[in-house]
Amino acid sequence: MFGNLSDRLSDTFKNLRGKGRLSDSDIDATLRDIRRALLEADVALEVVKDFIAAIRERALGDEVSKALNPAQQVVQIVNEELTKILGSENHKLQFAKSPPTVIMLAGLQGSGKTTLAGKLAKWLKDQNQTPILVAADLQRPNAVTQLQVLGEKVGVPVFSPEPGNGVGDPVDVAKKAIAHAKKSQFSVVIVDTAGRLGVDEEMMQQAIGIRDAVSPDEVLFVVDSMLGQDAVNVAKAFKDGVGVTGVVLTKLDGDSRGGAALSVANVTGAPILFSSTGEGLDAFEPFYPDRMASRILDMGDVISLIEQAQRTFDQEESQKLADKIANEEFTLQDFLEQMQQLRKMGNMKNLLGMLPGAGKMKQQLEDFDESEISRTEAIIRSMTPVERNMPKVLNGSRRLRIARGSGTSVNEVNQLVNRFEQAAKVMKTMSKGGMPNIPGTNPVQMGGGVGGGYIGGKKKDKKKKGSKSGNPAKRAAENQGLSFNAEPETKSGSAFGIQN
Amino acid sequence: MFKFLKRLRTSKQESTTQAEPELVAEQAPSTVIESPVKPVEPAEVALPEPEVHVEAAEPEPEPEPEPEAKAPESARVPVAEVEPELVAVELPKRSLGTGIRSLFSENFDVDDLEDILILADFGVETAEEITNQLKSVAQKQGATSDAELRLLLKDLLVERLSRNDSSLNLDDGKLPYVILVVGVNGAGKTTTIGKLARWLKDGDWEVVLGAADTFRAAAVEQLATWAERAGARLVKPAKEGADPAAVAYQTVELAIQAEADIAIIDTAGRLQNKKDLMDELGKIRRAVEKQAKISEVLLVIDATNGQNAMSQAKAFAEVAEVTGIVMTKLDGTAKGGILYALQKELDLPIKLVGVGEQVNDFAFFSPEEFAKGLVAKK
Repeated sequence: MFGNLSDRLSDTFKNLRGKGRLSDSDIDATLRDIRRALLEADVALEVVKDFIAAIRERALGDEVSKALNPAQQVVQIVNEELTKILGSENHKLQFAKSPPTVIMLAGLQGSGKTTLAGKLAKWLKDQNQTPILVAADLQRPNAVTQLQVLGEKVGVPVFSPEPGNGVGDPVDVAKKAIAHAKKSQFSVVIVDTAGRLGVDEEMMQQAIGIRDAVSPDEVLFVVDSMLGQDAVNVAKAFKDGVGVTGVVLTKLDGDSRGGAALSVANVTGAPILFSSTGEGLDAFEPFYPDRMASRILDMGDVISLIEQAQRTFDQEESQKLADKIANEEFTLQDFLEQMQQLRKMGNMKNLLGMLPGAGKMKQQLEDFDESEISRTEAIIRSMTPVERNMPKVLNGSRRLRIARGSGTSVNEVNQLVNRFEQAAKVMKTMSKGGMPNIPGTNPVQMGGGVGGGYIGGKKKDKKKKGSKSGNPAKRAAENQGLSFNAEPETKSGSAFGIQN
Repeated sequence: MFKFLKRLRTSKQESTTQAEPELVAEQAPSTVIESPVKPVEPAEVALPEPEVHVEAAEPEPEPEPEPEAKAPESARVPVAEVEPELVAVELPKRSLGTGIRSLFSENFDVDDLEDILILADFGVETAEEITNQLKSVAQKQGATSDAELRLLLKDLLVERLSRNDSSLNLDDGKLPYVILVVGVNGAGKTTTIGKLARWLKDGDWEVVLGAADTFRAAAVEQLATWAERAGARLVKPAKEGADPAAVAYQTVELAIQAEADIAIIDTAGRLQNKKDLMDELGKIRRAVEKQAKISEVLLVIDATNGQNAMSQAKAFAEVAEVTGIVMTKLDGTAKGGILYALQKELDLPIKLVGVGEQVNDFAFFSPEEFAKGLVAKK
C-alpha cells in the first residue's frame, strides 16, 4: 500500500541516513526530492507546498541540528507532518443517539460507492448492527440491481422501491427509506447515491436534497485512491456542496501512490474513516492515519497485522503452540493447522503487504502464488499421522508415495521437509528469546524497540522482517505463528515455506 | 467524417427473404444467447466447442432439416471465405467542440505555467519540459503577449500528440470487427461501450455486445440496459463468475453467425497490479482470436486519475496489446493532462473521450481541439 511513495521516500532518505550533520543544501535537496515524490504520488500541489514549507521550517530549526541523528530527525518530521495531515488519531463512525444512524455515501462516478455500500453493510452486520441498504442511485444503468445483488450476498436487506435507470426520484426514495427503517427498526441506514461531478450543479443540488431528506449522521465521501490533482477540486466541491463528515479511500490495493488521501484529508478537514483494499466484500478496514503515515514511510503496518492475527487466532491455541515450539514438539500437523488458521486471516498478499519494507517488494507480493499454499497443504495431507509427527521417518519411498498422492514431485516434498526443519529450528530459537541466524540475513538490533527505532536501522536487511523480535508486540505475533521469514526477493513462490 | 467498411445491409435483406438458410441463420443466434444459461460447462471448460451449438440447434423441431444443418456450418466458416459485400460508409464524426475546460482562469503567466500543468495532471517531468520549451521558444520569437503565448503553448501541445489517428480501425473489411474494452475498476468501460454501440447502430451497423465482466455484481445487467438503448444483441455469461473468455468466444461466434459487423466485448475492471486478472486478459484475447481478428483493444482511463494512469497504461499495453486509449469523465474539472505523457511513453493514439453519462456524450479525440480547449481564454 502506498508502495511507490514509500519507495521514493526511502530512496530519498537513503542519502540522508548515516549523515551526522545536515547542511542547508542537504535539506533543500531532500525537500526537492520529497516535493517531486509527493507530486508524482498525486498529492495536490497546494498540499505539497504547505507540506514542504512546514518541513523546511522545522528541519532548519534547532530541532534537527541538535538531534543526535539529524537524518533520522528529518524522517521523523516528515512522518509527523504526514500524520498531521492524515489526521492524528483514528476516528470512528458516528452513531446516532437514537437509531437509526443514517450514513450517506457520495462521490464521483466509478469511485466505488455501491461496492463500498455492500462492504460497509457487511462490516456493520458483523458488529451486530442491523443495517439496511438504500438504492438511491437511480442514474447509472442497473446500479439498483447491483446493490440488490450485493445486499443478497452479505445478507442485508435493500430498500429499492424504484427500478432506477433514470426512473424515480432519489430524494423521495431516501425519505421513504428513513420512514421504513424507523418502522422496521433497522439500526443503520446506508444510502447509496449516484456518482456525480463536482461541477454538475443539478446533481449536486439533488445530493443536497437527499441529505436534507435523510439528515445523515455521516456523509461519507468515497474517493478513488488513484485520483489525481483534481482531488482538491472534487473534495472542495463535495465539501461545499453536500458537506463531508468522513472520507473512505477505495482501490487501495492498486499500485497507486495514494497521494489523494493527503489532498482530500487536507481539503475537507474530515477524517479518513475506512479504506477498501480489494474486490472481496471483506476487503474493508478502518483507516488508521498514524499507521498509514508509517506505511508511507515504509515502516510497515505491523499493528494492523497483529490485530488481524488476534481476530483469527485463538489465544489458548496460540499458547499451546508456543509451548510446542519451545519444546521441539512442533510437527507438520501443527504446521498444517497453522496454515489453515493463517488462511482464515485472509489473502496472503494483503498480510505480507503490511510488513515493513513490503513496499519494496510490492511486485513480488503481487506475483505471490496463493496456490503454493494449497500444494503445501496437499503434501502434508498426503502424509500419514506418523509421518506428520515425525518427519524423520520420511525415507525415499515414503516421499515418492507422498509426491504421488499430492500430485507434486519428490523435489517439492523434499523442499517442504527441509524448509519445515529449518523453520522449526528458527522458531525454537526465537521462542527462547534469541535471534535466529538465518543464512543470508543479518540480524539487526531493534534499537529503541518501538516503531521509530526502525527508521534509523539498517534498511537493507528488509527481507528478514519477522525475525526481529526485539519488539514485544511483534514477538507476540511471531509466537502466534507469524514469523514471516519469507525470501520474497529471491523467489516469491517459496515465501510461505519457512514461516510457522 | 470517418470512412469505414461495413457489410452492405440492403442487399442482404433482399436475399434473406429468398434463401432459407439465411433465415435459419437469423434464428440460430437466439439459441446462442439462451444456451449459455442452460449448460453448466462454460465455467469449467474454457471454450465451448462449436459442436455444442449444432447439438443445441438439432433438437429444435424445424420442418426443414437440410438447410438447418447447413446453416450453423456456414455460419462457422471463417470470415474471410464468406466475402460479404462491403460498402464504405461514413459515420458522423463527433467533435470535442468546446467541451474542454481551459487551464487558465486568468492571464497567461509563464512563471505559473509549470504549476498549472502539474495541476492538470501533466506530471512533474512533462510539466517541466513543456514549460522550458515554451520559455525558449517564446524568447526566440520574442513572444510576450497573452495571445501569443497561448498560441505557442497550443502548438507545443499539439506537437506532443503526434498520433493523430483517432479513427477506429474498422476499415479492413474483415468482418466482424472485434473491439475489446479494458481498464481498471470504475473507469467507465461499460458506459463507453454503450455510447459506442449506439453510435454504430445509428450508422446502421449490426452490433453484438459481449458481457465478459462476469465478476462485478450486476455488470451484465448494466450492459444489458445499454444494449437495449443501442438496439444491440447481447451475449451474457451463464452465471456470475463464469469464464469471461468463454463469453468472449461466444460473442464472436454470435457475431459471425448473425453476420454482424462488429462485436464489442466488455471486460471486468481490474487493477493493473493484479497479475492473475491481467493474465486473464491474455486468455480472453486468445479466445477471440480463435475466430476473428481483434481490430481494437481500447483502454479506458478515468481522466480524474492522476499519475497512476501511466502505470495502468503500461501494464495494459503490455498484457492486452492496447491499440488506443479512451479518456472518460472529461466533463468534470479534471483535465487529463496525463495523456501527453502517456502518448510520449507508449505511442498510443487517444481515440475517444467521454464527456458525460448520456448516450451521446462522447467524441473522437483531436489533439488540435483538445489543445485549443486547454489554452482557451475564458
